[in-house]
Amino acid sequence: MDIIEFLQQHTLYLDGGMGTLLQEKGLLPGELPERWNLIRPEVIRGIHRDYFRAGAHVVNANTFGANSLKFGEQELDEIIAAAIANARAAAREVGGSQPRWVALDIGPTGRMLRPYGDLDFEDAVEIFAKTVRSGVRHGADLIFIETMNDSYETKAALLAAKENSTLPLFVSNAFGEDGKLMTGASPAAMVAMLEGMGADAVGVNCSLGPRALSGVVREYLAHASVPVILKPNAGLPRVVGGKTVYDVTPDEFAAEMREAVELGVRAAGGCCGTTPEHIGALVGACEGITPARITKKQITCISSYTHAVVLDREPILIGERINPTGKRRFKEALLAHDMDHILKEGVAEEERGVHVLDVNVGLPGIDEPSMLSEAVCALQAILDLPLQIDTSDPAAMERALRRYNGKAMINSVSGKRESMDAVFPLAKKYGGVVVALTLDEQGIPVLAEDRVAIARRILAEAERYGIDKKDLVFDPLALTVSADHTAARETLRALSMIRRELGCHTSLGVSNVSFGLPQRDLVNSTFFALALANGLSAAIMNPHSAEMMSTYAAYRALAGLDERCAAYIDYASALPCSAYAEPPTSGASRAQGREGGSELQTAVIRGMRERAAALTAELISTCSPLEIIEREIVPALDAVGVGFEKKTVYLPQLLMSAEAAGAAFEVVRGHMKNRHATDRSAVVIATVKGDIHDIGKNIVKLLLENYGFAVTDLGRDVPPERVVEEVLRLHAPIVGLSALMTTTVPSMEETVRLLREHAPFCRVMVGGAVLTAEYAEAMGAHAYAKDAMEAVRCAERLEREYTGHPR
Amino acid sequence: MTGAVTARRPLLPSVDRRQVLRYAGVREGDAMTEALLDACLAELDGAISPRICFAEVPVVREGDLLDLGFARVGSAALSAHLAACDRAVVLAATVGVGIDRLIARYGALSPARALLFQAIGTERVETLCDLLCNELAAAARSEGCLLTSRFSPGYRDLPLTLQREIFTLLEPSRRIGLSLNASLLMSPSKSVTAIVGITKNDH
Repeated sequence: MDIIEFLQQHTLYLDGGMGTLLQEKGLLPGELPERWNLIRPEVIRGIHRDYFRAGAHVVNANTFGANSLKFGEQELDEIIAAAIANARAAAREVGGSQPRWVALDIGPTGRMLRPYGDLDFEDAVEIFAKTVRSGVRHGADLIFIETMNDSYETKAALLAAKENSTLPLFVSNAFGEDGKLMTGASPAAMVAMLEGMGADAVGVNCSLGPRALSGVVREYLAHASVPVILKPNAGLPRVVGGKTVYDVTPDEFAAEMREAVELGVRAAGGCCGTTPEHIGALVGACEGITPARITKKQITCISSYTHAVVLDREPILIGERINPTGKRRFKEALLAHDMDHILKEGVAEEERGVHVLDVNVGLPGIDEPSMLSEAVCALQAILDLPLQIDTSDPAAMERALRRYNGKAMINSVSGKRESMDAVFPLAKKYGGVVVALTLDEQGIPVLAEDRVAIARRILAEAERYGIDKKDLVFDPLALTVSADHTAARETLRALSMIRRELGCHTSLGVSNVSFGLPQRDLVNSTFFALALANGLSAAIMNPHSAEMMSTYAAYRALAGLDERCAAYIDYASALPCSAYAEPPTSGASRAQGREGGSELQTAVIRGMRERAAALTAELISTCSPLEIIEREIVPALDAVGVGFEKKTVYLPQLLMSAEAAGAAFEVVRGHMKNRHATDRSAVVIATVKGDIHDIGKNIVKLLLENYGFAVTDLGRDVPPERVVEEVLRLHAPIVGLSALMTTTVPSMEETVRLLREHAPFCRVMVGGAVLTAEYAEAMGAHAYAKDAMEAVRCAERLEREYTGHPR
Repeated sequence: MTGAVTARRPLLPSVDRRQVLRYAGVREGDAMTEALLDACLAELDGAISPRICFAEVPVVREGDLLDLGFARVGSAALSAHLAACDRAVVLAATVGVGIDRLIARYGALSPARALLFQAIGTERVETLCDLLCNELAAAARSEGCLLTSRFSPGYRDLPLTLQREIFTLLEPSRRIGLSLNASLLMSPSKSVTAIVGITKNDH
């Protein structure tokens, strides 16, 4: 019998703990339990048999840690074959008419994924894929991914399962006492991502007892349209007399599980500390409960690695600023691969209060698939907002969706055949809420009725892929009102019809409407208000427009979405707002060797970012960019640098000054033809392979930039070949390498060796906690810098050596 | 016989500002740095998630080697450190990945803040270890024993490769969300593994 069908009508009983029972039977600490499939098959079969006899429909084969990180390929396959055969044999031995299934059990790898660990996402997918392929080959009935405490790793496992099997997929996560995964995901976020990717059942296991997990279970039941799994521990473990004990008895466990099944849990079992007695008591206690109906929830929802954003009555804001269109500085940053610039835009939008970030990096001359995926990874590493992946290139869309840690918004599909053929398969595979533009091969219809007709056709086509209407958001397209005075009116009518007649959510890029008109913000914000009143669910907009943000705040108050107008009052009382507050200046820096210096110099010395930028903006009308750098910024930095070298100024102050200088630089840069403010040398910097520490490297980068060097930062954990490649590409005369750990010094040596072999023209300086000048010399580096200021001095010296003349 | 592993999520006392500044390389705080520290602490909300796990192990001397039940270790420095001990506690502690995100975020936006968050993370994980060690020391004292200071893989001649055995013993990935990278670094980065000795009660 098909397990999915069975689940529609019945409560499915699962097995209980395996590890705790094996320890009782003599499994030693550190011994891999999966080996017992081969060396103690009778023990494994016995445990499976006991669970089947207790009433379990499904047992998980003993493959929790069976992956290629722990076992060689051949042994892995033997273990998985034996594990499934053991479970199968147990089912046969127990006999009877009850349907019984054997699951391939997949637990976490034990390694953390990049960027916070060192396991690459695709490597994780491949590790899981090996286990899945073996499980499929040896006849598993379903795949049970469990105890995952990181959303990203869960995604890797589910993707591997989808790509290598057609078996039913159960996915269960381990939530902590705070109701979140260890890496931060909420239940709603997990349901959104896993359901979006096509999991057949989702839920919760391990960590705590049934009652302690009830909050998380309720969240799952409220959001999931598929059956919910609960497989908790027998309470919290305690150590008594050198042994681990679990306190919840079979009867208590069964009583707590009965409550969960009454709430609507449809697949019930146990995890650590539970035994066949617990499962037997659970099955007995739940007898006679009519299984709760599994209902489609119709929640339009996207998620990040932490939380879900629901499109409902409350309209949401999607920041549009990560987009090169019409932004010279952003284009330059993209071409120069300056990821920090993109991150700064994203953080600035987040600080303005948007709910989602649109990410568009399409530019001629750019490898969009690689750039978009890189931008998505960089943004999700430091921001917890869901992303809207905005591209017309299906290859770029797929790579970005694959790496995205959550359920993304996909921008966009249209009524064109080619577009639907390209986008819907991706949305089906990776999950996502798709923004659908109401245009087709004939263009954008003038009348609202015709746009709605296209929306209906898109809905019908999506249904053919099994994409629910809840996962489509329609954009009826705002056209320029100065070109056609009825343009805004038709858009608003279409908006309202899509909401009322189709019952779908809507999205609009608001800013187009005012094109060609003066005072565009005025037109935009009024149009925004009208759109909100006509049922707009999500606006793609510029959060730095005070008019737009004001309209949003006022609308929420007027639409009854803001109790006691509290959010509005907060908003209004903070007007006018500035992005950054100045740090206090009283009694500030001791780096005041230059109190006689100019105002700009003082601002830099005191680390006042905003003020340094404002003063630079004033100066730029009377001084050349180079004059500002050489007469103002560099002398101020030197003053602080000298203080640092004399130990009268400490590192945080040096950095605050450097940041203020950076803000001034950014202004100067806006007035220059070339990206780089000076004619100084190119410097390539990196933290070496295997090392994920980058704060020192970042500080060096900031200071080098302040002194006018053209720095290319390759990031951390960078393979030697990648450094060589970039040095050759830029013909960079200077390389800076950082390593913090003794274990990663060998990869620094290897990088230096490769550089000397393939790029003999370049000079290498090294730094990091474990290095010394002698060590640096021994490995063939040209210079050693003990701190960031010295790195600047080193770079200046190496530059002189290279160019052969003093600056 | 190697003992069972206990895992906990304790509450930490509030941040020790002086200690944070010391970790950031500041000997005397000034108004500028103090103000920045205030801003960082205000942003810390929810980013620290302290988790610790530990197990007691025997200490048996076999010539130049120490047999700790879960591993045999050849380290003169550790042997000296545990000279008076017949058992020890192995611990793994982390304050979670939230602080790493803050450090990364400000690595791009404001290295000054990144530096302070780095220092805050160090202070938090050391405080977490102190909390457990104070408790272990009190328990040891009640049995007439003393607790040594913490000794970590990578100190002196104790090889970093001992991390592998510690991770096999404690399974901190499953218990506290702490994993070991191929280069033997730990993720999240603000984490500690250590061995503390418990002296025989005739000492």
